[in-house]
Order: sequence, then structure tokens, then C-alpha cells
Amino acid sequence: MRALRVALLLALLASCAGPQSALDPRGEHAEILARIFWWMSGGALAIWLLVLGIALRAVFRPAPAGSERERTRGARQLILYGGVVVPSVLLTVLLGYGLALLPRMLAPAPKGSLQVLVEGRQWWWRVRYLPANGEPVELANEIRLPLGEPVEFLLESHDVIHSFWIPSLGGKVDMIPGRQTRLSLLPTATGELRGVCAEFCGDSHAFMAFPVVIEEKADFARWLDNERAAALAPSTALEGAGRSVFLQSGCGACHSVRGTRADGVIGPDLTHVGARLSLGAGLLPNQTVDFERWVSSTSRLKPGAHMPPFGMLPRAELSALAAFLESLK
Amino acid sequence: MSTSRPPEPTLPAVDDVDIAPLPEAPPEALQRAQAQRLEETWHTPSGFRYWSSVNNADVGVWYICCCFLFFLFAGVLALLMRAQLAVPNNDLLSADTYNQVFTLHGSAMMFLFAIPIFEAIAVLVLPQMLGARDLPFPRLSAFGFWCFALGGVFLCGSIFFGVAPKGGWFMYPPLTSAYSPGLGPDLWLLGFSFIEVAAIAAAVELIVGVLKCRPPGMRIHLMPLYAWYVLVAAVMIVFAFPPLIAGSLLLEVERAFSWPFFDATRGGDPLLWQHLFWLFGHPEVYIIFLPSIALIAMIVPTFARRPIVGYGWVVLAAIGTGFLSFGLWVHHMYTTGLPGISLGLFSAASMAVSIPTGIQFACFVATLLAGNVKRSLPMLWIFGSLAIFVLGGLTGVMVALAPFDFQAHDSFFVVAHFHFALIGGSLFPVIAGVYYFYPLVTAKLLSEPWGRVAFWVSFVGFNLVFMPMHWTGLRGMPRRVFTYQAGLGWDTLNLISSIGAGVLGLGVLAVFVDVLRPKSDASKSPRNPWQAGTLEWVQEMPGKLWGIRSIPEIDGRYPVWQQPNLIRDIDEGRFFLPDAQELRRETLITSVIDAAPQQCQRLPTSSFLPLGAALTTGGFFIFGTFHWWWLALGSLGSALGVFVYWLWTGTAQRPEKPAKDVGLGVKLPLYVSGPGSIGYWGVCITMLADLTAFVSIVFGYFYFWTIHDDFPPEPTPGPGVFWPALAAGLTLAAWGCTLLSRRSNGRDGALSFYLAACAAPGFAVLGAAALCAGPYFTGLDPTLHSYPAIVWLLAVWSAVHVLVGMIMQLYCVASRACGRMDARHDIDIQNTVLYWHFTLLTVGLTVVVTAGFPLVS
Repeated sequence: MRALRVALLLALLASCAGPQSALDPRGEHAEILARIFWWMSGGALAIWLLVLGIALRAVFRPAPAGSERERTRGARQLILYGGVVVPSVLLTVLLGYGLALLPRMLAPAPKGSLQVLVEGRQWWWRVRYLPANGEPVELANEIRLPLGEPVEFLLESHDVIHSFWIPSLGGKVDMIPGRQTRLSLLPTATGELRGVCAEFCGDSHAFMAFPVVIEEKADFARWLDNERAAALAPSTALEGAGRSVFLQSGCGACHSVRGTRADGVIGPDLTHVGARLSLGAGLLPNQTVDFERWVSSTSRLKPGAHMPPFGMLPRAELSALAAFLESLK
Repeated sequence: MSTSRPPEPTLPAVDDVDIAPLPEAPPEALQRAQAQRLEETWHTPSGFRYWSSVNNADVGVWYICCCFLFFLFAGVLALLMRAQLAVPNNDLLSADTYNQVFTLHGSAMMFLFAIPIFEAIAVLVLPQMLGARDLPFPRLSAFGFWCFALGGVFLCGSIFFGVAPKGGWFMYPPLTSAYSPGLGPDLWLLGFSFIEVAAIAAAVELIVGVLKCRPPGMRIHLMPLYAWYVLVAAVMIVFAFPPLIAGSLLLEVERAFSWPFFDATRGGDPLLWQHLFWLFGHPEVYIIFLPSIALIAMIVPTFARRPIVGYGWVVLAAIGTGFLSFGLWVHHMYTTGLPGISLGLFSAASMAVSIPTGIQFACFVATLLAGNVKRSLPMLWIFGSLAIFVLGGLTGVMVALAPFDFQAHDSFFVVAHFHFALIGGSLFPVIAGVYYFYPLVTAKLLSEPWGRVAFWVSFVGFNLVFMPMHWTGLRGMPRRVFTYQAGLGWDTLNLISSIGAGVLGLGVLAVFVDVLRPKSDASKSPRNPWQAGTLEWVQEMPGKLWGIRSIPEIDGRYPVWQQPNLIRDIDEGRFFLPDAQELRRETLITSVIDAAPQQCQRLPTSSFLPLGAALTTGGFFIFGTFHWWWLALGSLGSALGVFVYWLWTGTAQRPEKPAKDVGLGVKLPLYVSGPGSIGYWGVCITMLADLTAFVSIVFGYFYFWTIHDDFPPEPTPGPGVFWPALAAGLTLAAWGCTLLSRRSNGRDGALSFYLAACAAPGFAVLGAAALCAGPYFTGLDPTLHSYPAIVWLLAVWSAVHVLVGMIMQLYCVASRACGRMDARHDIDIQNTVLYWHFTLLTVGLTVVVTAGFPLVS
């Protein structure tokens, strides 16, 4: 019996795990909200059983006898207590508890905290780290955060409404054209997580995600330093050839690779694209072959994507280009 | 089951209202002659002319069948979605198709099933419950039905051409404005506006029906609970739909003419749409829910074999739910970055609404507890509804709490929540209603064993689809994704949901098969098969087109249980209007509170006018979708012509005698004008809806003011003071002349009537011109910024109202000239004056806002 209970509990917990699960919290808000969820679910289940129990009892027992007043006494008490008194008390308690959390969840991160500007685009994320000391660092489609440090996201949209959501860290906040919204989070455990766009934003809404990494402070600082640096120079002939293809095919009109003359701002910054955990905003793993696939059939992989097709590039040039991009660690 | 079961011995004593002494039953020969005349009068033509029927018994059935067809269509779309999501990285549907499918599924289920099914059922059974022969405006019901059918087919058909809207049923701009070229959003905006107009028409009909068409003695606290719910839901439609119509107007104007209401780069704001949409969208949930649990409120007492426990509680709770539901809309916008104070207030309001909802269910359960419950198919579905809805309500309390909603919002958790709430709170009660009312329409009973199988398959299927979705959502799966990656913990859950969808589909199919299969005589229903206590069950089996043989006097909430021999007395024609001597369709109009007889209302007979009006009105919206403006305008002109002809030939007809003996010694007038007439009520309610739409646009003006530091923006001139003031003066003059012409008409002063009534349209035309002259001469360009755009819109809106008022004034002139109108028969001018009161208010507000506000801000 006890083994069964343990097994059930384990099964329940396992069914909550996942890189994108609000019930597998790795952040302060998510922890609180997961706890509230379990409490509310328990309460809901109890209420549900009670209501159905009373209703079924009415069907399966003989009709009450006595005068009208006697027969309806229980029923009237049910309306008064079950309909009015008990729900009012329960709801007041829940509301008080829930709203007491609000100031904490909405509070801006303490002064001097890390700020990250994220701009939603159809269908990718422009990410700009705004360290308290030092120049902004631009990247795309990936977010890394230091463990235990509060962070404040400044959220904007370039085109339609998006919504920025990292379920394992906390709730979501919309990105609305013409406004800047804010979201403060506090990671409490290391790990590789996943964030996603939660507001329907058009054809490829399903393909608008991003990897999130929570790491030790030192690892994070190393990573950010690397992101800040200009792109690595090609180290092989193939990569060099790929770089030429990149510059000559006009990729630089939309993409930046700092350290080259590619300085476009329409598409994602690619200075360290080879070091990222995914391609195409959480769509593909990051390997040379995936770069080839992505560049040659963008709109097949991501319907409606605004990047023009480059499938007409000769096979050899595509391979070189992929090798170059992959080398941008 | 026996047909002549005596009333329950345990019923409370009949209260102390005196029942008027009934006359002796007329001789049988007379009874037969009366029935013959009634039959002739209420006869529905055959052949293609069948479709010209306006009788609620016909229109209601068409309406319900049509709703269920759209339900099946939207259900197939749901199955397609579940097939696509059954496995990760599926490519059964493309992103483009999937987005059309989910947009159309949501839109059709809401606008083509959930709301219209309420109106459809109400059109069919409300008059029966009230012992009325028909609703007060039968042609309006038919018009509403045809608009609905036409618009629905047009919208659903669009997916077969791959041009269906695909911006979600919530249509958030800018995705649906600048980022969606093509027809889709126009189809949605114009198509559903057309259907919403029909919904408002039905709401007017139902409100007046509940308030003015009750049988004598059915005072307002004796109404069947269903009538209360219909009243609350219909009033909600009158105030909830206009904000959406106004929002749709703004968005369509932005799309068609580039007036930037929602474009942030030109001073608009996408959130304005969300406010207007949810200002409609949340009450809408209760507009769906209340009339559905109204069915529970009728079915539970029948099978508990006793009156409802807590009638007053239910009524107050329904009204309370209606009120509160207008204060919740922001809970759909918790994640838009609102300040904590708003989140707190709307969380509190959202939780508060669950209290009246809970009270209603507590009353239903209490009635079961106090009664002697008889098990039946309708009750089985109601228990299913209870099990599902209560859980949906409880998860509703969870998402009402803003912090938890930060996680749940736009995830599959919410999908699970509202399907529990809507399927439990609406679909299951409606199916219970189908089983319950089926004999009323077909005189047959549905199969008991077959129905039990259908229920259990549906119930299990439903839980398989939607229970796992709570987990899918909290494990991070967002809504409205056409596919998902493997390995995120969603694979198994989605597969279970998809299998469940198939099972649920089978269950629903089983219900349809049972409803449609040919039935033998064995399933013939006796009269009042459930031994219910309310008036709809006094009808003969099968029912007659005249509805009720004679309109009874009522002194209790459950007259069939409480008034001995009621059915016999009705059948023998011992009550009101047992005859149709003049072969005219008639029903009784009674007073709002006490249901004292006031008028014998003549009702129209079969006519193709409603269909013609729907086709021409529909033409305006459909041609407009394709931006074929000339055809659209032509269609609008034809619609105007049809409406004028309809009004001229169908309303305010002078009766051949002033009053008529309706039976039981009561003599009632045949022609009533002013506040006592149903037409006056109809105009008044319609204009309240119209005013609400206008106020929504004014809300937009002040909303822009709150989000901009400078509004009106600095260099932009306003419309000035001169032209708007002139417009106000001219409108005032037009209104004054209308009032004068009513007075002159009342004294039969022909000359002064014609003077005033001809001056009024002149002032009106000049007023409309002056309204538009303000922004025109000050050079406001509506495409530059939200400020000039909203000023122009207010001016044009008001001008159009003034011009419509002008047409009404001319109509009155013609009416008097042709002898339709005189001092006693003055419905036309009375209603025109009422219209002008509202128009004056509209113009006044426009002038104060556009000309006055820039002076003080």
C-alpha cells in the first residue's frame, strides 16, 4: 500500500517534469505558483466531491417526508451555507492570500540588477543585455541567467503582440507594440529550460521559442564576455569561403556579424550564432547540417518567415556558409 | 407512463389570487368552429412558400436545426485540430490551414452555436411557456434567423476557399490589421457584425416577449425561471454586443481606409481593441451560460416533482451574475502589464461572480434534495453538466486569481477550463433540453437505452479530451500552436486528448442519430410526457400551429400542477382569445409587472419580406467584404426600401374597429401607441443598444486621452467650436420640430403638422452636413493619427443617425398624407420622437466631446 502511494506520487511528479513545465519550478515565482496550484487543486477536488455527493444522495435516497417546511429545511440551509456563506469565506481567504503575492510578483528588480531587453518579432526574439556597468550586448533567441540573481526583462514588440513566457521561472507578460512592459524573475536552480511565445502571433507562432540556461554566476559572466566580443575569424579555408558567401549573398543587409562589414539590423544578430543552443528560435538543434537546412529552406521549416529563400545557392556554397556560421562560437 | 397523473399531493397550497369565474364550456359545435378558424388563421403555407412562414413554431425549429448544423461543422473542425495535435511535428494540416481551422472553430462555436442556440430555443419555447400565440414581432424573429443563416453559411464557406479568417476568434490587432492583408479579417468583422445585428434583433424580441406577452395573472414573480433567464441574457446582449460592433467598425475602418485606431505608430493602441472585445467577450460567456442553466431550472423541478426551492434566490443570482459579468473583462488581459490595483480589483470581481453562480446550482441541488427525484435522460445529462461545470467553475476561480493566471493564461490549462465551463455549463444542458423538449416539437420520445449509451460515451470522451489538457497547459504548452516538438512532456497527454476527441465525437453522433432516425408509433409521446407543471406542456400532441387553444389566466408558478382542470379549460376555449373571428393572428399584450390585459395585438402572417430584408442587408455586408462599394451601397439602398415597405405594410395598421372582446368579459383595444405599445418598447431597446455602441466609441476617445500625454495632440487642430455648435443647434431644431409635429398631429392640426414635419428634415440635413463640416473645414486628416480619426468617426456616426431620423420624419409625413396616421393612430410619430430623443443625445455628446473637450483638456 505504501509502495503504491510512493509510486503514485513519483508518477505524479514525473508527469510534471519538463524543460517548459510550470510544475517543475526553477524560479521564485514559479515555486510559489506551483504551490498555490497544488493547494487550489486539492481544495477544488474536495469541493467537487462534496457537491456531487450531495446531488447523488438526493437521487438515491427516498423522498423526505413531513410538511413543506420540514422537507425543505435542509435544502434551504444548503442554499444559505453551501451557496453563500462557505463560498464567500473560502473565496475571501483565497483572494487575500493570492493578492498578497501580487506586490512581490510585480515589484521591479532591485536597483542595479541585470536588465535584459527582449523584443518580440515574427517569429524570433531580439535580446539585448543591459549590464549595470558596460556596453549593451546584442544577441538573439537565447537567454542565460546567473543563478540566484534577480533579473528584469524589458519587453517590447516590433510588429504584432507576442507574450514572453518561461514557465519554469514564472508567469508571462505580453509584448505590445507601442509599449514597454516589464517582468522580474529570480532563478533558484541551474538547468536548461525553455521559453516560448504565449500570444498567438501569426503563421509560425508555434515556432517561436528560445532556450533558457540558468548557470553559476562565473559561467554566466564568461558567457556574456564571449557574447560581447567580436566574431571569431575563420580558422579554415572552408569557413573563410563561407564568410565570403555570407558577405556576397547580401546576408549582411539583415544580419550583423560584429567584426565584419555585415551590420544589418532587420534579422537576428549572428555574431555568436554557432555557440547558441538552437537555431530558428528554438526550432532546430545547432549543427552544421541544420544551418544548411535552415538557410536553404527557411520558409518550409518556418511558414511565413520573413527571411528570403536561399535554396538557389550551390550546394558547395551552402556547405561553406554553414561551416562559417557554425564557427561563430 | 400515464398521461393523466394528478398533481402531486405534496404541492404547496395555491395562493390566494381570485380566479375569475370561468364561463361554461361553449357547445362542441362552436368549439370545433373556433378551432377551425384558428387553424385557418395560423396555417403555414406549403411548397416553397413554407419558407415565408414567420410563426415561432416554424422559425424556432429552423433556427435550432441551423445552430446544430453549425455546431457539427465547428465540431468537425475540432476533430481536425485534435488529429493534427495527436502526435508531435505532425504535418496533416499546414500552419495556415490550422490557424484558419482554430479561428473558425472558436468563432463558429461562439457566434453560430452557443449564442444563437439560446435565441433559437427561446423563440421556440418562450411563447409556449407564456401561453402566448407567438412572440410580439414574428417577422423580426424570421429576419434574425435569415441573417444568421446567411451570415453563417458565408463565414463557414470561406474555409473551403482557403480564405477564412486566421487571426483567432479574438482578432487582436495589429495581427489582424496591418499584418493580415487579404479577406479573412474582413470576413470576420463584417460577417459577424451582420450576425450580431441579428442577435440584437432577437434580444429586442425576447425582452418585449417576456415583459409584455405573459398570460393574464402571471405577475412578474410568477414567471417561469426560464423567462427570467431569457430576460437577463437578452438585456445583456443589448449592452454587451454593441461594444464589439463598435470595435469591429473601428477595426474595419482601419483596414479599409487606414484610420489608425489600433496602430501604435500613429497614436492608436492595440489594447483598445482588447478592452472593447472583452467588454463584449466576458458578458458573452454568461449570455451563453445563463439561458442554458435556465433549462436546468425548468427540468430539475419537473423531475424532482416539486416547485423550485429558492425561486427568489435564483432570480436574484441570475440578475447578479448578469451585472457582475460586465465588470470582469480585464481578467482576459491580466498579462498585458496592468498595474497591481487593476489586477486586484478584477481578481476580486472575477471571484465574486462565482458566488451567484454557486447559489443557482445550490438551488438546483436543494430542489433535488427536497423533492422525489425521478431518473430520466434529461436528468442524466444534467448530472453530467453538474459534474463537468462545477470543475470548470473551480478552475475558473483559479484563473481568476491574477498571479496564477500569469502562468495559466494562453496555455492549454485555459483551453481545458473554458471547455469544462462551456460544455458543462451550456452544451450538456442544451442536450438535456433537446431530450426534454423533443416531444413538444415532434410528439415523439427519444430512446431511453440509446440515450444512456450516448451520454456515457460523450461524458467519458469529454473527460478524455479535456482533463489531460490541464496538465498539458501547466507543463508549458501554449494555445493556438499548430504543432509542437517531441520530448517536452506533452506527447502522451496530447494523444489521449485526441483519442478522447474521437470518442466524444461518437457520443455526439449517437445523439444526432437518435434525434434524426425515423421513429415508430411506439415512441409516440403522451400529452405532458414528463408531468411538468409549466404552461408549454399543456399543448396537444402533436402541437398545433396556433400554440395554445385559449390563453389562460394564471395564478401560480406551476399552473398545470396548481390549477385543477387547467388543460381541460384551455382545450374547451374557456379562457382568452379562443377564436379568430376576423381570421387575424392575435395574442394578448399585458402589463409589465402585474400582467393585466392591455391590448389585443394583431400579428403578421407569412411573408417573404424578412428573407428579402436579410438578403439585402446581407448583400451590404458581403459586398463590403470584397470592397465592392457600389454594389454594397446598392444593396444597402435596397435594404432600406424593403424595410420601409415592411414597416408601411406591416406595422401601425389601423384596425377595423377600436376594441375587441377577448373573452371572459374583457374588451381590449386593438391599436395602442406610445409607451404602452410593443413597438415603442422595441424602438427604445434598440436605441439603447445603439447608444451603447456610440458610448463605446466615446470610450475610445477618452481611452486615447488616458494613454497620450497630449491629446488632442499639439499641432492638430480640433473641429473647432463653430461648426459643432451649429450642428447642435440644427439638430435641436430638427428634434423640436419633430416634437411639435407630434403635438400638432395629436390635435389633428394638419397645417401645423405639415409645417413642423417638413421643416424637421430640412434642419436634419443641414445638421448632418454641419457635423461633418467641422472636421472637414479644419483640415483633420483621419489617416494621420488616432485623434482626427476618432473625431471624424464620431461626426460621421452622428450624421448618419440624423439622416436616418430624417427618413423617419419623411415617413411620418407620408403616413399622415396617406391617412395611415391621425390623432388617435400615431404610432409612427410617437416612435420617431423616441428615436429623436436618442439622436439628440448622440449628437449632443459628440459635440460636447469633440468641440468641448479640447477646450478644457
